[in-house]
Amino acid sequence: MSGQDRSAAIVGIHEYPSRDVEGRVSPLQIKAHSAARALEDAGLSWSDVDAVYDAGEAGPMSGFTISEYFGIKPRVIDTTNVGGSSYEYHAAHACRDIAAGKAKVALLTYGSTAHSNMARIGAGGRGGHGASPSDNLETFTGMTLVANYAMVARRHMYEYGTTSEQLAEISVATRMHAMRNPEAVKAMQDLEFVDIRETTIDDVVGSRMIADPLHLLECCMISDGGGAVVIAAPEVLRNCAKPPVWILGSGEATGYPENGGDITTSAAAQSGAQAFGEAGVRPDEMDVAMIYDSFSITVLTILEDLGFCPKGEGGRWVQGGRLRFDRPQDGPALNTDGGGLSSNHPGMRGIFLLIEAARQLRGESTSQVDGARLAVAHGNGGMLGARHCAGTIILGRD
Amino acid sequence: MADATRPLPSLNELDTRPFWEATKNRELRYQKCNDCGTVVWHPRAHCTGCTGGELSWHTASGKGTIYTFSVVRQSYHPFFRTQVPYAVAWIDLDEGPRLLSNIVGVEDPTRDLACGQRVEVQWEEHEEVNIPLFKPAS
Repeated sequence: MSGQDRSAAIVGIHEYPSRDVEGRVSPLQIKAHSAARALEDAGLSWSDVDAVYDAGEAGPMSGFTISEYFGIKPRVIDTTNVGGSSYEYHAAHACRDIAAGKAKVALLTYGSTAHSNMARIGAGGRGGHGASPSDNLETFTGMTLVANYAMVARRHMYEYGTTSEQLAEISVATRMHAMRNPEAVKAMQDLEFVDIRETTIDDVVGSRMIADPLHLLECCMISDGGGAVVIAAPEVLRNCAKPPVWILGSGEATGYPENGGDITTSAAAQSGAQAFGEAGVRPDEMDVAMIYDSFSITVLTILEDLGFCPKGEGGRWVQGGRLRFDRPQDGPALNTDGGGLSSNHPGMRGIFLLIEAARQLRGESTSQVDGARLAVAHGNGGMLGARHCAGTIILGRD
Repeated sequence: MADATRPLPSLNELDTRPFWEATKNRELRYQKCNDCGTVVWHPRAHCTGCTGGELSWHTASGKGTIYTFSVVRQSYHPFFRTQVPYAVAWIDLDEGPRLLSNIVGVEDPTRDLACGQRVEVQWEEHEEVNIPLFKPAS
């Protein structure tokens, strides 16, 4: 892997442990708590931070409000918000800003109390008056978020013969990883999942239909939660406590409904090619794939779009449990923390993709892939079956 | 408590207002560029195919094909929770626009719909606008 640009690395991570704060902790408090723990993890402090990245999920004008709340005066402020993929964009921008000499220590944070707020993220029906032209044409239909993704699954089945049993492989592998992660098990207990255990294909396809063809066990949870990531320049690393996890490549892209367009191909096809190209590595070299699992179909589509298999072959490719962490010869392990399906989904999961990928490359995962050297983290923000943003980050260890 | 009703579009949204105003006459309108021929959907004030083109409004036949669909079984919305199960679909109009709507007029949406199925518009009347829903083509 010589010749790669290694200008910035993840040096600190923290995932907020609780998924149900019972209304007693605010999103800002989750962000600050996570930031402090991530800085400690890195062996750094607030005063070292000179760049802040924020999606504004805890309040408007977050560039200055979050800086004041943390008590820092950053030289770089980036408030990109592209939904759940925001944190992949933040990592890419932090890497760019550090490489340009604008910053040395970048802080990314996330906090949400979606569960405590009883936010009906998935089945809300998108009420109210349309704020945008597209909303004003679509709100009358009662399309839920689940139905939006379900329409991708339906078309994928129609074009390629993909089955619910194949999609269920994603839920089964993710739950298997969740059962090995005590925080994920606690999350499922706190959120009152029934019958918390490893699942089978039959369990998934036998669970209640939420929006055809997606079943309950193909849909992510709605939790509280948050986390933080610290990214630093090479000259900071000698002061850091943990080995660096290098950002080797990044890609950004957007997709939206187009007349005659292909709903089964997401913006990941563009962002993935960019990221892998920049990193100079191939999908088949990945040990770990952290892919935004809002729903089973999100992962299947993105696995294809990132180039793990040709378009339309994802269903057959995932069969037989190949996404499990203990089958490295079969390709990357998927969402080894238990994913949004079974561990943590407060609305914008992108930061956890970076955190678990970093754990894997440090050897700290509860479903550790032996000798993991390379990981891809791919965030999808917005709605896969309509307008969305894709952010791909390739990570590697020394 | 009054029965919950379908959320209706705003007539104050500038890009889509001409579309919704035409629905009063049961016209399903879309835009096309006079210069480059690009069919523009959703409606807006500029052509997405070229930088100088002027858009004109056209009336679609109301016939199209289901590109993909889902049947919503669970909704927390006060109106839509009373409608489950109902079908939401991306529909390719014969003239090109891909629009989102509901498919109605079938006995069981979980069994009676398919990608590629031919559909046609069926208007649902409201005071200020009519809502273009779709049913299987006759």
